[in-house]
Amino acid sequence: MVRLKEFKDNTKNVLIQPAPSSSKVYIPLSQHIGKPCAALVKIGEEVTLGQKIANVQAQVYAPIHSSISGKVVDIQNWPHPAIGRCKTIVIENNFKDSPSTIHQPLSSQDQLTSQQIRDIIFEAGIVGMGGAGFPTHIKLNPPKQIDTLIINAAECEPFLTADSSLMVEKTQEILLGIGLTAKCVGAKNVYIAIEDNKPEAIKKFQSVSGLRSAVYEHQPNTKNQKPLNTIVLKSRYPQGSEKQLIKNISGKEIPRNKLPFDLGVVVQNIATVFAIYEAVYLNKPLYERVITVTGSCLTNPKNVLARIGTPIKDLIDFCAPVKEKPAKIIIGGPMMGIAQYTDTVPVIKTTTGIILFNAKEASGQEEDFCIRCGECIRECPVGLMPCLINLASEKQLWEQTKVNGALDCVECGICSYVCPANRNLVQSIKRAKKKLL
Amino acid sequence: MQNKLIVSSSPHIHTRESTRRIMWLVIISLIPAGLSGIYIFGLSALRTIMLGITSALISELLLQILFKRKNTILDGSAFLTGLLLSYNLPANTPFWLPIAGSFFAIAIGKFVFGGLGQNIFNPALAGRAFLVASWPKYMTAFTLPAYAKGWLNYDAITQATPLALIKKGKALIDTTYLDLFLGNKSGCIGEVCILALILGAAFLFLKGYISWHIPFPYIITVGLLAYIFGPKGYFSGDWLSHILSGGLILGAFFMATDYVTSPLTRKGQVFFGIGCGLITIVIRLWGGTSEGVCYSILMMNAAAPIIDRYTKSRIYGTR
Repeated sequence: MVRLKEFKDNTKNVLIQPAPSSSKVYIPLSQHIGKPCAALVKIGEEVTLGQKIANVQAQVYAPIHSSISGKVVDIQNWPHPAIGRCKTIVIENNFKDSPSTIHQPLSSQDQLTSQQIRDIIFEAGIVGMGGAGFPTHIKLNPPKQIDTLIINAAECEPFLTADSSLMVEKTQEILLGIGLTAKCVGAKNVYIAIEDNKPEAIKKFQSVSGLRSAVYEHQPNTKNQKPLNTIVLKSRYPQGSEKQLIKNISGKEIPRNKLPFDLGVVVQNIATVFAIYEAVYLNKPLYERVITVTGSCLTNPKNVLARIGTPIKDLIDFCAPVKEKPAKIIIGGPMMGIAQYTDTVPVIKTTTGIILFNAKEASGQEEDFCIRCGECIRECPVGLMPCLINLASEKQLWEQTKVNGALDCVECGICSYVCPANRNLVQSIKRAKKKLL
Repeated sequence: MQNKLIVSSSPHIHTRESTRRIMWLVIISLIPAGLSGIYIFGLSALRTIMLGITSALISELLLQILFKRKNTILDGSAFLTGLLLSYNLPANTPFWLPIAGSFFAIAIGKFVFGGLGQNIFNPALAGRAFLVASWPKYMTAFTLPAYAKGWLNYDAITQATPLALIKKGKALIDTTYLDLFLGNKSGCIGEVCILALILGAAFLFLKGYISWHIPFPYIITVGLLAYIFGPKGYFSGDWLSHILSGGLILGAFFMATDYVTSPLTRKGQVFFGIGCGLITIVIRLWGGTSEGVCYSILMMNAAAPIIDRYTKSRIYGTR
């Protein structure tokens, strides 16, 4: 693992600001792992804030809700931040934010059973908000007994501060969300893992001993429960990778081809936990989230609360004026994020940040031959030999890439980051994975 | 702004490290050894070093122009090859010797394999092996330290190296350990001053460019075996002289550690170091020549791919 330059100072300790709602939002029908949804609304239909507008019949999916009130003006193919293009519902804003009548505020949250909590999570359309987008109601319904819940608050990607500002500003709410999550999976040990570059968040979570009980408020045998453990991790990339986190905290590795629940562990991202709180306590479906909008091109980088479907251009304008024309726009972190070809792509449930690079920062370097320095091997968090997979991939020896463990790659990007020869290691491994799957 | 955004695969940030930077810093780390060689052997050493470097650069340039390859003479690798080759030569060689060696090192040692990163053998050592095989007379005519024969004295007054004396079973009467350490002995330009080499190596350690995994097992193996198989029966060898003499320190820290031709994993590098030590001592004690560092590293270079095969890193979640 590597200590990266953080670039977090611009938005560290900057209060979360709600972004103004856009005149039009573009809500893609695929924002999760699983089957894309189908629209429940027709062009011309009026929708309310939080109304379910897309659904599908499938095992793995999450419903999608409107993030504004207004009129559906189009359902069309539109740029998507992760998959190029996707069928998208376009809604024109009437700026009334009239709430959906379907959602009545809930009472007596502490009486809820695990199944009821999961149902609420499902209805709220919650997915893993750290970037993966796996439907949360499925993750919180593991087929095996769970004893450990790890809340992933590492936020190890440079530039991003959305999670850390959420932790500082919404500590109480997050604790309630953690309690609900722990109850859902029946975990006895709950850990919250935070990198040591977020001292304010660590202080908040460590100091709130009284709040600890909040975590277990709903659980019958509170006395048997161990308190919430705040784990302070060194700021090293990729500390927040699920495999790495489990190894660091439990000392165990997930066996190859197994999943965390096989070890009795569930890892949940901190923003997702906050969304669970909002769904259960405020009866609010997932239609907005906190995003870091930053980069040297911006005069006013911010942590913004943005509606799903907001074109990133509107968020960039909110943080303007732009000092320099951005040469590269990245959605996500700089290590794993995706470079965008247009600024019309909308925010989706898995968007953690928007980073603008100027021409100098965006300029790539030419690849040299591998000099076999072995740096990629030493830094790979899953013990691969990226340089060998890279060579095999370039020769299209797909079987060879498999033998060398291409399918175990978590695509964290650290190999390409450290490579002195600027080799596109991750890119070639991703290519091999695509060929093998 | 449309259609003008750069799209590339993640990651979008990169360390400042580059191949070129590594090469030039290794060259800088070798400067103390070169200066001490010039101090010890006089200006003829400087002449040999300059010839080695210049001809390596020219060889690379000509070959790349001739075969229409990308020009890479500024990446430092050809400079480093020429520098290391000249460090492996006696100071007072005929002028064409470093030229022939550098050309062989670049052309046959590196270029025919496809250039930097593709070569099997350490190019500088390949060049040296070629010279030893072709002109052994010049390659073993070691100059006396300059202050023993007067400055600017270009006459090749030759003297046996400490290792050659050890080989003949003679004790090192006139040479103390301190002489060996500081370089008051005959030998190749860059190998004699152990102090300067250790300074350079320490710099590379601090920079993280080399690790202990090759040099330490290498040197310890040589010392241990030299001690065990002493001339007067087991456990009587002069192990310190073996470590401080010849090209061991130069080879262990600067040549065996060459990224391209050594194993990839730390585990493999330890085996590589031990292998180098074994072969070095076999040649030194029972082989046909008094020095074995060059051949031992070349032989282990050939073994590096097979070491790689058996010392792969362990993938997460597998036992």
